[in-house]
Amino acid sequence: MKLKLRIWRQSGAEAKGRMVEYIVDGISEDASFLEMLDVLNEQLIAEGADPVAFDHDCREGICGACSLVIDGQAHGPQAATTTCQLHMRKYRDGDVIDVEPWRAGAFPVIKDLVVDRTAFDRIIAAGGYISAPTGTAPDAHATPVAKQDADAAFAAAACIGCGACVAACPNGSGMLFMAAKVAHLARMPQGQPERHTRVLGMVAEHDASGFGGCTNTGECSAACPKEIGLDVIGQLNRDFRKAAAKAA
Amino acid sequence: MSTDLKPRKAAPAKAGGRPARSPRLRSSIGLKLVMAVSGLLMVGFIIAHMAGNLHVFEGRESMNDYAHGLRTFGEPLIPHESLLWVMRLGLIAAVGAHIWSSVVLTRRALAARPVRYASKKPAKGESRHAAATMRWGAAVIVLFVTWHLLDLTFRTVNPVKEVPDAYGAVVAAFAPERWPVTVFYLLALVALGFHLRHGIWSAVQTIAGPDTRWRARWQAAALGVSVIVVAGFAVVPLAVSFGLVN
Amino acid sequence: MSADDYFREGDPVADTKAPSGPISERWESRRFSGRLVNPANRRKLRVIVVGTGLAGASAAATLGELGYRVSNYCFQDSPRRAHSIAAQGGINAAKNYRGDGDSVHRLFYDTVKGGDFRSRESNVHRLAEVSTEIIDQCVAQGVPFAREYGGLLDNRSFGGAQVSRTFYARGQTGQQLLLGAYQALERQVAAGTVELHTRHEMLELIVVDDRARGIVVRDLVTGEVSTEIADAVVLASGGYGNVFFLSTNAKGCNVTATWRAHRKGAYFANPCYTQIHPTCIPQSGDHQSKLTLMSESLRNDGRVWVPAERGDDRAPGDIPEAERDYYLERRYPAFGNLVPRDIASRAAKAVCDEGRGVGPGGLGVYLDFEAAIGRLGKDAVEAKYGNLFDMYERITGENPYERPMRIYPAVHYTMGGLWVDYDLMSNIPGLFVTGEANFSDHGANRLGASALMQGLSDGYFVLPNTISDYLADGPFEAVADDHEAVAEAREAVNDRIEFFLNNDGDRTVDSFHRELGKIMWEYCGMERTDEGLRKAIGLIGDLKDEFYKRVKVTGGAGELNQQLEKAGRVADFFELGELMCIDALHRTESCGGHFRAESQTEDGEARRDDEQFSYVAAWEHGQTGPVLHKEDLVFEYVKPTQRSYK
Repeated sequence: MKLKLRIWRQSGAEAKGRMVEYIVDGISEDASFLEMLDVLNEQLIAEGADPVAFDHDCREGICGACSLVIDGQAHGPQAATTTCQLHMRKYRDGDVIDVEPWRAGAFPVIKDLVVDRTAFDRIIAAGGYISAPTGTAPDAHATPVAKQDADAAFAAAACIGCGACVAACPNGSGMLFMAAKVAHLARMPQGQPERHTRVLGMVAEHDASGFGGCTNTGECSAACPKEIGLDVIGQLNRDFRKAAAKAA
Repeated sequence: MSTDLKPRKAAPAKAGGRPARSPRLRSSIGLKLVMAVSGLLMVGFIIAHMAGNLHVFEGRESMNDYAHGLRTFGEPLIPHESLLWVMRLGLIAAVGAHIWSSVVLTRRALAARPVRYASKKPAKGESRHAAATMRWGAAVIVLFVTWHLLDLTFRTVNPVKEVPDAYGAVVAAFAPERWPVTVFYLLALVALGFHLRHGIWSAVQTIAGPDTRWRARWQAAALGVSVIVVAGFAVVPLAVSFGLVN
Repeated sequence: MSADDYFREGDPVADTKAPSGPISERWESRRFSGRLVNPANRRKLRVIVVGTGLAGASAAATLGELGYRVSNYCFQDSPRRAHSIAAQGGINAAKNYRGDGDSVHRLFYDTVKGGDFRSRESNVHRLAEVSTEIIDQCVAQGVPFAREYGGLLDNRSFGGAQVSRTFYARGQTGQQLLLGAYQALERQVAAGTVELHTRHEMLELIVVDDRARGIVVRDLVTGEVSTEIADAVVLASGGYGNVFFLSTNAKGCNVTATWRAHRKGAYFANPCYTQIHPTCIPQSGDHQSKLTLMSESLRNDGRVWVPAERGDDRAPGDIPEAERDYYLERRYPAFGNLVPRDIASRAAKAVCDEGRGVGPGGLGVYLDFEAAIGRLGKDAVEAKYGNLFDMYERITGENPYERPMRIYPAVHYTMGGLWVDYDLMSNIPGLFVTGEANFSDHGANRLGASALMQGLSDGYFVLPNTISDYLADGPFEAVADDHEAVAEAREAVNDRIEFFLNNDGDRTVDSFHRELGKIMWEYCGMERTDEGLRKAIGLIGDLKDEFYKRVKVTGGAGELNQQLEKAGRVADFFELGELMCIDALHRTESCGGHFRAESQTEDGEARRDDEQFSYVAAWEHGQTGPVLHKEDLVFEYVKPTQRSYK
């Protein structure tokens, strides 16, 4: 199939960017969206032009590296699917496709479609862990965990840290990402001792990184390739309220 | 925007070795809590106000007695208009807190996305109408409340200046020849309805954080309350305009 | 020309750190004999860790906790994206929570046997011992393993093991374990013991006075080339499956860190041992950029078949039962569709080579769930495999409930890697290698659910204990930035970058990588022959020459330049590919993931040759070709036997 692409090109962090049009032809409907971009890049290199920079790695939907807003939707039109797992059979010959980077002040553009997501790592460093130094652990069966708690923790822990929630949020909020980690650890007995300090530390870092607040529109959850629900934000709110009251 | 990709090290310790106290109230969740609590206070007021309005259908006397009763509540144990003033002050505080938190959060939200998307997307979240209705709806509501106070509280723009005659003021306000007032009132109610539909469950989500099952119930409840409030308020001006109450 | 013409043989190499004595006491004895570093001195010692996967993040976090100053590098934008994240199945541990007869000794035995008697007994036993601590550690970190209704951890049997010793977190065990290690790492970043350098790629090792003392890195955002000096360097940079271009590895996986170390003197051991996974989604066309693995568990209920007649291009549903060949069930009546990975893979290749393959290019076989759906019902099949079926449909656009899946083998894991001793130190003092990047524990073939175990064993429990014996001699003398060795390493990196950017070429890096991958897959893939390997060595050499003449890299040095990154990696893959072929050529036996067509039984099964090849092939990079150093393998506890799955 033949497609017209309009892609955000920005040569560097400080440079001014703009949408640039490209035509790609001969795209197989079995190709993934990123493979379609590979074809474009091969074409650009052959012309001596600068290929489009985009983040990608595992290409099987788990590493969280790929990060494209396609026609205004984080990871494109298919629900519960990362960009790398989106296939061109979703498109028709002659389609016009807009491709933009994640847009958030906390995720500055590095080049073209590549953004800096270290703010997420900082949020984890601010408390998204359980302090369990190597070698100090009791036997794994010492503390049973109810199956429903383990399952709920897993559902939250399935977050791949891609940042689609931020990209989709009308407020550029990182709340779903943060809440997923808070909810994961809050459902495990091992996570209890640091439950309150964790949530206060992470929220402070979230805000300091320049993410917006949550207005419960649910755009994050709808864009999440791992379908993490708004219940984790409820859990975050609850834990924050309790922690703030306790610390006050 | 510049990127800072220097190696990540621990932030240098603050003087005195103690981390700075996080200003929890001004954190994004703290502000949301302020907005939620103040919003729910106003929801309570609105429901009471709506219920009070329905006295209009019991006739002039019942309506004016009700209005009078609000002023003389608890007398002589407590001074004249005590209840009214407590409510007024509470409301002013709630409105102030609600607006303050929303302004701070809106400014942060705008700063959090300095470059907009070139491509528009159809919203697909659970509360997809919210992003489009909360902020402009709030502006409509603020304009309306201003008019409403001038019309029915201070009577500045109302033909009926005698404060005790609440019934007369209502009938005069929505008289058929004043149809633009009625239309504006109804428009404001639509904005209020959307605002409440998202606002009520959103407040519950912020304060109580329900699980997925309860979230759906609260969303339904919020819709129900919004419909009742809008209907309860709308019925009065409509009744006056169509001459059912005069 | 004999195989010897491609290399020469040097002195044997020996693992001098491995303790003797009863095998179950060796690890304890080594921990006791190894020297310790006083806690107050640890903060004077800097350790560089390259890679943030299971082996890297766990090592960096643990070393940080111990008080060393750690610099941790990864080329990804976040440590959490390392490819360990993609491991699906699970992690083995000899907990015997099921009381089904498992034990440290049984896990040890199974691993040595599974590795086709090409691994070291001491290492494998330590791995089995440590396995139980890993589970304890991960649970303490909050890893949400699957649990039973009683609240205890669930286990399953994996990869044909007779005991249920595999712990798992749905199909995302690697992700959950990596996030545990990543969170521990971030905790150390916050504590100030670890400095994290994301989007940085190691491009050279710095060796001063015969010790590994640092690395040269390129900041992938600014292009700045800089050096860091330390007291020890740990490489945890993963495997080299991407030499095949198409593999289940992530696109960024590369051999550069270990290959650069190899060029600086570190031995590369057993490069030809490659694991090929039978249940991957086949290639759909020339645009294909990677292959996706589907859990092996599918073979529990799916039946593998191809049309009995070659060139039969009817839709699968139109082929009557009598005209189908359920070749695994036919050839291996006892194990049927559950034969080990390498056997299933080779059998698929064999039927495709006969022209009976299905799908695009005839490179695929059917994995059919019709019988399972008939027997268990669609709902039961969906409950078991629903997410895998969804993934298959997303990628292929075909509904596996109605039409059999198409599968084909793909490169999945590489058992070879840098040679290390029992302390995980390479032959360059101060250079340690952990996880898939080293060669140590899996022999010629890795058991399912053992990669995660080895990565975390190395990172959490082995390296932090063994490295102190080396660091006890430190801190080592300061190395100035203009030291000859440092300057030379930096120059080498800059020269290479300059070369690629200034080369007046006309072909993209990917086009070369694809072509190299095809050669490797054709001649050094599932089945290798003397003739094919010789041909491959010639082809790779020619292609390498053409690469240096014609490769075209756009953009500049001082910016994010993904083509430039790829060019350096592919250049190293060429050299590695040659060595893999030489290793495969010299090892004329079949063992584990290495199948030589000349060494098979009459009915086509692999035939090992313990007389000649019971050794680790550790290759030294020589100016005139590789030099082979043999490390003899001794089996005191598990006596080598020939596998049989008939």
